[in-house]
Order: sequence, then C-alpha cells, then structure tokens
Amino acid sequence: MNNIIKRYIPQILVILFVVLIFGFLTLNAQTNMDNRGIDFGFGFLSQESSFDVQFSLIEYSGSDSYARAFLVGLLNTLLVSFISIIICTILGVIIGVARLSSNYLIKNSAGWYVEFFRNIPLLLQIFFWYYAALRALPMPEKANAWFGVTYMTVKGYYIPSMVWENLNVFLYCGLAAIISIIVLRNYASKLRDTQGKQIPVLLYSVALLIVLPLLSFLFGGVSLEFQIPELKKLSKISYIYEGGISLPPELIALVLALSLYTSTFVAECVRAGIEGVSKGQKEAAASVGLTPNQVLKLVIMPQALRIIIPPTTNQYLNLTKNSSLAAAIAYPDLVLVFAGTALMQTGKAIEIVSITMLTYLTISLTIAAIMNWYNKKIEIKEK
Amino acid sequence: MQTINFLKPNRDNIKNYSIIGSFLVLVSLIDVISNAFLKINLTSFLPGSLTTLFPLIIGLIGLNMMRIDYSGNKTLDLLNKNINTNNFNALLTLLILFSIIKALPQSLSWMIFDATISGDSKDACTGTGACWTYIKVWFRRFMYGMYPNEFHWRINTAFILVIGLGFVGYFMKENLKKYLALYYVIIYPVIAFLVIYYLISGGSFGLQWVETGAWGGLSLTFIVSFFCLIFCFPLGMIFALGRRSNLPAIKYISICYIEFWRGVPLITVLFMSSVMFPMFLPEDFFMDKLVRVIIAITLFEAAYCAEVIRGGLQSLPRGQYDAAKSLGMGYWKMHIFVILPQALKLVIPGIANTFLALVKDTPLIFVVGLAELAGMLALAKTNPKWLGFAMEGYIFASIIFWIICYAMSKYSYNLEAKYKTER
Repeated sequence: MNNIIKRYIPQILVILFVVLIFGFLTLNAQTNMDNRGIDFGFGFLSQESSFDVQFSLIEYSGSDSYARAFLVGLLNTLLVSFISIIICTILGVIIGVARLSSNYLIKNSAGWYVEFFRNIPLLLQIFFWYYAALRALPMPEKANAWFGVTYMTVKGYYIPSMVWENLNVFLYCGLAAIISIIVLRNYASKLRDTQGKQIPVLLYSVALLIVLPLLSFLFGGVSLEFQIPELKKLSKISYIYEGGISLPPELIALVLALSLYTSTFVAECVRAGIEGVSKGQKEAAASVGLTPNQVLKLVIMPQALRIIIPPTTNQYLNLTKNSSLAAAIAYPDLVLVFAGTALMQTGKAIEIVSITMLTYLTISLTIAAIMNWYNKKIEIKEK
Repeated sequence: MQTINFLKPNRDNIKNYSIIGSFLVLVSLIDVISNAFLKINLTSFLPGSLTTLFPLIIGLIGLNMMRIDYSGNKTLDLLNKNINTNNFNALLTLLILFSIIKALPQSLSWMIFDATISGDSKDACTGTGACWTYIKVWFRRFMYGMYPNEFHWRINTAFILVIGLGFVGYFMKENLKKYLALYYVIIYPVIAFLVIYYLISGGSFGLQWVETGAWGGLSLTFIVSFFCLIFCFPLGMIFALGRRSNLPAIKYISICYIEFWRGVPLITVLFMSSVMFPMFLPEDFFMDKLVRVIIAITLFEAAYCAEVIRGGLQSLPRGQYDAAKSLGMGYWKMHIFVILPQALKLVIPGIANTFLALVKDTPLIFVVGLAELAGMLALAKTNPKWLGFAMEGYIFASIIFWIICYAMSKYSYNLEAKYKTER
C-alpha cells in the first residue's frame, strides 16, 4: 500500500500540474481570441498569399497559397543547410586533420582558425558578411569575370546555368552507373573473401561514373549548353546580368557564415575522433604488414568514423537550426517567409508558430532517429 | 678545391647545403616582404606568372636543401622537425608565411596607420583607413543602449554589486560553507534580481524609472545571459532528475520537454515569446517583452542544461547509489547529500560550455526588437549621419564578443583539466 502511494501520488500530481498549466493557457488563448475576433484553424493555408518571395526554388507568385509559401520557405532552408553542410564538412575535415599536423605553423594556424570563428556569435558573423564584406563588392557593370564566366557583384553571384536536352536519359545513365558500382563492390568483396583476389574497385567505379553518362551524350541524344550571364542595361545607371543563375548575396553571406562557424565544431569532432583511435591500433596494423594507406583506410578510419559521426551529425542539426538566423538578413527561409511575412498578413500567431516549430522538430527528430539506428548498426558488437 | 655535391647532402657538405638553403629561403622571404611592404617588385625582369611564383620556387628549393637529418645544428634540426619534414609540409609552410606577410601591411594600415580616431563627426574620417571615431562617438550607445547618459552609473553600480555578491562564496566562513549551494541557487538570484530591478529599472528610492525598451547594448547582453543562467540551472536540474526517474509519467514528461526544446531553433522560440505568448496570458495581464524573452531563453536553455546534468548523473558509478540506499537514505536525501554534490562538480565544465553558447545566442534577441549590441549596431549603421561604417562596427562587436567568449572557453578548459585530475 505504502509503495503504491509512493509510486502513484507523485505521478498523478505531476500530470495534474501539467494538465492544469495547459488548461489554463488554452482557456486564456480562447478568451483572448474571442475578444479579438480571431478564430483558430488551419484553413488559411489554402488561401491566396498575395506576397512575393524574392528567391525561390520552385515557381511561386503572389496568387499561390500559403501552403506553397511554406514549401518555398522550407526548400530555401533545406537548400542553404545542404550547401553549408557540404562546405563545412570539407573545411572541417581539412582543419581537423591540420590540427594534428606535425608542422608547427599549420597546427597553430588551424588552432587559431578554430578559436577565431568559434568564439564570435553566429549572428554577428552573418551580419559581417552581409552588411560589411559583401557590400564592398563591385557594382554589376564594374565586375570582373571569374574564370571568364562567373561574376561576383554586390547584387549577387552570377553563374552560368545549364540547359539540358533529354535530361532524363542522362539521369537514368547516372542511376545505372551507381547501381552497377554497388553490384561491382559486392562482387569484389565476395571475391576477396572467397578467393583472396583484389579488384581495383575505385578505378572501375570512376570509369563507370564517367563512361556511362558520356555514352548518353553520344547515343542518347543528350545535350548540354551553358547559358552565360550577360550584362544588360536597365536604365542609365542600373545594370543587371541576364541569363544564368543568380545567387543572392543573402544566400552567400549565410552559407559563408554558417559553414565557417560550423566547420570549427566539425574540425574538433574530427580531431577528437582521430585522436581517439589508440596508437597501438596503428602500430599493430603496421606490424601485420599493411601499407600506410591501408592502415588509414582499413584500421584508423573505420574506428575514427565511429567516434566522429554522432557528434558531427549533431553539428549538422545545429547548422540546420541555426540557418533560421536567415530571417535577420531577409533571406526568405522558413522563418522569414512563414513565421514572418505570412504571420504578419494573417495574424494567425498560434497556428503559424506551431507549424514552424513542428517542422524543425520533425527534421531534428527524424535525423536523430536515423542517427540512433546508425549508431546501433556500427556499434562494436561485444560478446 | 672543394666540390659541391648538388645531388645529396653528406657529412662533408652539410654546411654548404644549409648555407645555400637558408640563403635561398631568405631571398624568397625578402622578395615577398619587399613586395608587400615597400611595393617593390625585385623580380620584375622575369616574365608574368613566373614573377609571382618565383619566391615559392626558390623557397621550396631552399627548404629542400636545408632538409638534413641529424645535421648537428640545433636550430636547423628544430626547424626541420617542426616546419620542414617533407616537400608538402615545406610548401604549406611557405604558403602560410607568404599569406601572413601579404595580409599584414594591408590590414595594419587599415586598422592602425591610416585609421582616424580624433574628431567627433563623420567629417573627421577622410583617410582610407578605418574610422574609429565612429566607435568612439557611439561607444556609450553600444554599451548601454538608449539608457539615459546621466544614469549610466546605475548600470555600472548594479553590475559591480552583482559580481561582488557572486564572489561572496569565496570569503564565506568554513562553518557557513554548507549553505553555499542554498545561497547560489536561491538567495543570490533573488538578491541579484532585486539589485537589477531597483537600480537599473528604478522607479523607487528617488531613482527615475527607465523602461526596459531603453535598455540595450552590451549591458543588456549581460543582463539577459545572467538571468537565463541562474534560472535555467535549477530548472535543468529538475528535468535531469525527472528524465532519470523510474516513474514513467515523470520520465516521459521530462523527455518530451527536453526533446521539444532541443529540437527547435532559438529564433522560433523568440518569435513564440513575442507574438504567441501574449495570447496565452490572462486578459489585462501585461508582461514586459524583456521578461518574456528571458523566460523563453530560460526554458530553452534549461533543456540543454538538463542534458549536461544528466551526463554527470550517468557518469557516477552505480555503487554510489547502492551505498546511499544501503544506508537507508530515501530518494531526496540520497540525491541532495550524495549524488548531486558529486554530479554537479563533474558537470561544471559542461555548464560553462552551455553558458558560452547562451552568451553567443543572446544577440538573437535583436530579432524581436530588443536592441542589444547587434541591434545597436544595426541602428547606428542606418543613422544618416554615420552611413558606411558597418565594417568598423561589426569588427568592434566581434572583438568584444571574441574576448568574452575566448576567455570563457579558456576558463572552462581549465576547469575541465582541474576536475579531471581530481578524480
């Protein structure tokens, strides 16, 4: 009896407390909304949004619905996160390895890079790139061509766009190449396990990746043209580039700040991972007669990756969440488009803020679930 | 006659090699330095791209010649070991040295030699360098926001008092030490709140009322991060204990709370506090925006705090729990006297890191219209009298934040090292 009381009374009290808080808040919200004549509901999502978004991956105009505006914002968020994740991984791995270099100068420059970018608030970094550094770029008419075809101007970065013909044939060829590489790898590992033969898989894979898409150009009727941006005069003093793809300065500033900032954390993860593999492993591998490359590939990396990947994924998640700072420099991401403009227009504070938060929550929890599954899979199985 | 063997250094020609090698490296460095500082191109007689590559090639050859194992010369050995182990390392070394030399004169002249600091209007800044006059004129705004100039002493006094009270723990008598936790968790926050409320906000004791809308600048950053830290710590402790509880209802409520706040970005939390939260308050009940923001950040950081504390709780060996239980201690007794004192000591570095993240996150309150340092910079930047000094402003703010955060991260490293050895 005593036990039951000890077990259930606290739980009931806590649940009661939580329910009371929620009830109190809901009640207040209801009275407040009644007083202001706002009704609760998600019907507004299908209404016409009648605002414009300056940068969007899909077709969007003011006559589209709020739901589509949400999609535009979400895609922009995912775009900036995706680009930044790639750049910060490359930078982070380089810096992390450099911190372990035997070269005094390299080690210390990498160390100072980490200390420098890690200790300045991300928002300030974004502001610095957007308001100070990128504003110092030349006007469109004075910009010099980089590599002859791209232009870095104060209005954005202009790169050539690709005009495809029969793109689907090309994609099928790429897909076929990837599938055949997977088959080849399986076959190679089977051959290695059963007969001890080594096949240069990497060489064949690269060859497949190049040859198959190339064949599609020759026989599949695929053609690719580059549309190079050209300077066009709008009025007496205003110029603009036409053709090609224009990356707005907001996107560039955001990608720069996010990837530089996060790369410091990735670098620390990489360093910790490589340092975490004990020296004995390396020596043991060398004494069995593996070459330095094989030691790195077969012994160090698999163990280091096990330590590196979980915290790095966490950093990727942080990056995705941090990309919401885009709202501060008016890059049309989920927060700005939906929790900013759409909220101002509809006044549906509760619905819109909850949708926005739930979206981020879904992304986070999905990635966390995948990570847990992956961790379980690569975990050392001890008997 | 001595012949120079150019193929391989051996015992007889070590000296020749090291001398020729260091001479070549010196030539390449002199070339780059004269190019960067004096704008003289010593190698202009060479064709186009070779001029730029000349120091690199010469330097590489020089370093290659200097690379002698066990040369007997201490400096040379040290140099070879640290910056010149192979050709690739030598290349990277040269590239880093050259880029430092190239960047130095430009940034130095912009920041110091060509910069202006005299005068008190934009007209004083005519040079090509930075305009620190801008920072000088706006300095008080950046530090105190729109807080009236004649009352700045109130903010300073409040901060000194709060910091002083924070150090009381060091001077407490030995027999009072057991109340230290009580002091820091309950009494100190209350006193600090009263000090800040009565001194900075005013309204009584003959002090003029200053509304929170006028607060700003760096002092607001400190106020927000200070309150969030002292409030989020106890809250985080509750949720950490809740998550490890064996009562399912409490456990799952804690998990939901923690995972929810950790899954959303702070900016949406701030949006929530500014546009959604007022809807949930009773009618005719007004809560100041600053208070709402502090509550929002506290709830948010408490989740991170909880995870850090949970890490500390988990790292304690099971024996500690078993021993406490076998002495007949109940849940609360066990936690207060055995578990928490040990666990909290373990998580101090982690808490310091959370606090560091919190300080770095505070500029975000700019998004909901509170003008702390980043907000004041945005305001100053759009002032028609002071257009075009965004660069100086952001560099100034970056330096300030960098110093604060770097000092804190070094301090947390020290703490980590200290507590590691004690175990």
